[in-house]
Amino acid sequence: MSNYIYLVPLFPLLGFLVNGIFWKSMPKSVGGIIGTLTILASFIVSLMIFFEIRENASHGPAIVTLFPFIQSGKLLIPFAFQVDALSSLFLLIITGIGFLIHVYSTSYMHHDEGMVKYFSYLNLFVFFMLLLVLGANYVVMFIGWEGVGLCSYLLIGFWFKNRDYTNAGKKAFIMNRIGDLGFLVGMLLILLNFGTLSYQEFFGQLKSGSTVISQSSYNWITLCLFIGATGKSAQIPLYTWLPDAMAGPTPVSALIHAATMVTAGIYMIARSNILFDLAPATMHIVAIIGLVTALFAATIAVRQYDIKKVLAYSTVSQLGFMFLALGVGAYTTAVFHVMTHAFFKALLFLGSGSVIHAMGGEQDIRKMGGLGKKMRTTQYTFLIGCLAISGIPGLSGFFSKDEILSHAFSRSPMFYIFGIMAAMMTAYYMFRLYFLTFTGSFRGTEEQKHHLHESPAAMTVPLVILAVLAIVGGYVGLPEVMSEHNEIAEFLAPVVTNFGDFHMAASTEWMLMAISVAVAVVMILVAWSVNKKPSFTPSKGLAKVLENKWYVDEIYDAVIVKPLTAISKLLDSVFEKIMIDGTVNGVGKTVKWGSERVRLLQAGQVGFYIFIMVLGMIALFSISVFWIK
Amino acid sequence: MNLLLLILIPLLSGIFSFGIREEGVKILALVSTLATLVVSGLLAFSCGCNMATTFSMPWIPDLGTRFSLMGDGMSAMLCLLTGIVMLVVMLVNNNKHVDRPNAFYGHMLLAQAGLMGVFLANDALLFYFFWELALIPVYFLCSQWGGEKRIPVTFKFFIYTFVGSLLMLAGLIYLSVQTPGLRSFAWQDIIHAGSQLPAATQHWLFALMFVAFAIKMPIFPFHTWQPDTYEVSPTPVTIILSALMVKMGLYAVLRWVLPVLPEGAIYWTDTIIVLSVIGIVYASCLAIVQTDIKRLVAYSSIAHMGLMAAVAFMNSKVGMHGVMLQMFNHGINITGIWVIISMIENRWGTRDMRQLGGMATSAPKMAIAFVVISLASVALPLTNGFVGEFMMFNGLFGTSSCSHIVMVIAGLGVILGAVYTLNMIQKTTYGEVVAMNIKGDLAFNEFAGLFIIIGIIIFLGVYPQPMLDLTSAVSSMLIK
Repeated sequence: MSNYIYLVPLFPLLGFLVNGIFWKSMPKSVGGIIGTLTILASFIVSLMIFFEIRENASHGPAIVTLFPFIQSGKLLIPFAFQVDALSSLFLLIITGIGFLIHVYSTSYMHHDEGMVKYFSYLNLFVFFMLLLVLGANYVVMFIGWEGVGLCSYLLIGFWFKNRDYTNAGKKAFIMNRIGDLGFLVGMLLILLNFGTLSYQEFFGQLKSGSTVISQSSYNWITLCLFIGATGKSAQIPLYTWLPDAMAGPTPVSALIHAATMVTAGIYMIARSNILFDLAPATMHIVAIIGLVTALFAATIAVRQYDIKKVLAYSTVSQLGFMFLALGVGAYTTAVFHVMTHAFFKALLFLGSGSVIHAMGGEQDIRKMGGLGKKMRTTQYTFLIGCLAISGIPGLSGFFSKDEILSHAFSRSPMFYIFGIMAAMMTAYYMFRLYFLTFTGSFRGTEEQKHHLHESPAAMTVPLVILAVLAIVGGYVGLPEVMSEHNEIAEFLAPVVTNFGDFHMAASTEWMLMAISVAVAVVMILVAWSVNKKPSFTPSKGLAKVLENKWYVDEIYDAVIVKPLTAISKLLDSVFEKIMIDGTVNGVGKTVKWGSERVRLLQAGQVGFYIFIMVLGMIALFSISVFWIK
Repeated sequence: MNLLLLILIPLLSGIFSFGIREEGVKILALVSTLATLVVSGLLAFSCGCNMATTFSMPWIPDLGTRFSLMGDGMSAMLCLLTGIVMLVVMLVNNNKHVDRPNAFYGHMLLAQAGLMGVFLANDALLFYFFWELALIPVYFLCSQWGGEKRIPVTFKFFIYTFVGSLLMLAGLIYLSVQTPGLRSFAWQDIIHAGSQLPAATQHWLFALMFVAFAIKMPIFPFHTWQPDTYEVSPTPVTIILSALMVKMGLYAVLRWVLPVLPEGAIYWTDTIIVLSVIGIVYASCLAIVQTDIKRLVAYSSIAHMGLMAAVAFMNSKVGMHGVMLQMFNHGINITGIWVIISMIENRWGTRDMRQLGGMATSAPKMAIAFVVISLASVALPLTNGFVGEFMMFNGLFGTSSCSHIVMVIAGLGVILGAVYTLNMIQKTTYGEVVAMNIKGDLAFNEFAGLFIIIGIIIFLGVYPQPMLDLTSAVSSMLIK
């Protein structure tokens, strides 16, 4: 089955081509069906591959080479796919959740005239995302990596008449590009030192120790790759594009900016776990950046009023948790959290889409309230999502987040304390969002109130399925104290070589769990008491700073954007026009001026000519006498 | 014989064009460029099979110069590029009105003949002859069909590049005097003579000849003629200038300077790399603040050429191979961009980005083409630009001690490139619709021209191997 792996990306590519070429003539519903069915086909193939890999866990990865991509002298980069546990798991997440979101989109985008174009972009995104996780070398990963960035750009600016939206798309693309440059440099450093970019050969050399490079080289390579990850996975300092990316259609936010694309950085580091294990300094940076991002984004989410912005900062924060896990060496835990997060965050985003749909495009939670009465399915599924992300026992988020926190604890109690603070805020802002949106009384206009309705089945069915997944998804990764088998860790064992020396007394682990559960429950109650009778007054002090996202956008603007423009303008008006071009023109003018003077010598006065002639003769004579001896 | 045909077809049809009245000349131009493209395709194919072709006959025996041509991989690639670009130009301009079409197309075809000659000449004097032959029709095209301020701008362009050409001629004559035995201008003899020269002579000779090519490419700070000339030239001429004539500069360095004066090249390497890299960032910064699309693209072209020039001197095999590939890719991509810009100018009557917008609504096919080509120029993977840029960045990690700094600064150029390119797309393509003077999405001939460009962009982005095979022998010969 692995030999048919190329089918998985092929279907979405075909869907993109068909929808992309016939976008003008194709009926909207047909475009939606084509787009959705291609992802379903990929999902079926992915399932078959997944089960095959599960059966033969002991087999090495299957490499499928399609054609030589770049060949120049000794440099050979094939266009090849690698099928193993890690990539097959990501295949399932991408095509499975991708399929649900495609189904949801057929209804959500039905009124949009660009629906066929939308589906072609969405299919193209899935294609690139599949390349990203299927590549057998870093170059193929990079192709997918930049490709998903392109689709993200196109979909953020999908409603391209709005300048703010296209600005958001542009910002996402450029910030990603900064990260991509890090990735590219890291890649070239690997090529320079190891002569290969194929995972098999590169990791083989690392394992066997056949190529030894200095510790600082390892640090630089991993650091460059990590810069790439901060761009794509929205970590400090390159995270500010993700909240702005909410300008795109909501299903896009669910698929690209929550469930799949933004986890590419985690995939990359998990894929390179052998390399990162050799660079403890970088690992430390990864953990700290992840932790700081988790905390920082959570503080912002607490004071946001846009339903999607809250979820966006929540995503940044959750991604921070994943990097924390990576940084403490718990690679499988990070992947586990990618999976559970994909379930509950896709659910929450789709739920918010259902809300926005019912509100006629309104996203401000100050104008919502009491929506639960009109849309029960959305309310209950959203509640499940909130419970899952807050870490309530029994739901998926509990297991994965708890595992991250206990790994962090075993590394350093400080990591744990900051982690639990972020988790506290998570529970608070999620339930603040829930209470403000679904409970209490409606605060919008009469017209909006009249318009409120539950969404059609094409939207609610994916919500229900995701809600089920958000509940049961955690049982594949039960902690040591509950079960002997951690399914996901065992499944990923062939890819992740080093499990670290993570062992913890059962009593400690139970205690940590109890703390995080208690904290979550308390914060939910706090959120309820604060927000049951909401009043919105203009905020002051710290609250205002948080509402303005710590003014990071303004700082970036003042420190980078404005000076760059000012310098460029100065270069254009002064340096280019006056200095360089002035010099060039000056040379020309000097020649012209000189020639005009010289021209005057030829004025037709014979006496002057003879005078010059005599001077010349004297000069020649003196040269021949004094110079040439 | 193929080689001679490549020059003769455009030359004869160019001369013939002047005699044709009215619009019939467009058909002739189209047929002629198509025929030239077929021949250059055949040449590329035979070079792909490792058969370098040569042609030689006596020219001016007293000067020791022969009419000798050689087609190797690099020549074949650039001839193919010339063939494709000229065909696209003729295609997209087929439905456009131009004053005195016979003279216009006649000059265009003569310029093509000159370009083909430059890329094929295997004799220094012949090379110089074609170098000027390509320049003169372009000068007439700019000065007669150009926009406002065309007279001072083209005068400056002509003088500037001509001064460079004379320096080059002096250098070539000096080299031919040094050839052993009878004076000769043949490439092999020039190489032999050059490499025998003492280091000190090579140093100043290199500087002399390099200036000519640095002006043509152009390399910072010899670039100021370029944005002005691109701006005032009629767009078909801008295409010839930026897609083909700047390649003459780089080609000449790779063919007539690097192998001829190896000591001189080593001596000046650091200077050239520093200037090129400054040029990348400097031109990118200037591109960001331009409001005229033509000037924006002109500066972006300087930045792209700067990267190629820097890598060409990095002494890396993979990098050199990337430069070869990117010469072709840059020519294709920038042609596509100019074609779209001329359509924008044609439909909206302005090139000022502040007054444009909404192309995605009013001319969606054109908008899609514009976005795809722009993305190729920022080297997005699976477009042709990526492979070349990847290989060139690989080359930046050469043995040079300053390569890491160069890498970082060149990388800054990549980021700035995304900034100005996306700005350009946003301002022209997105936003509210700005009314067009002449309504209409792509006409058939325009569609056909852009189809060729985009087809090549995607094909070479996914499967660059044919082009890499074509140039691998030459690039490994250049880097020992």
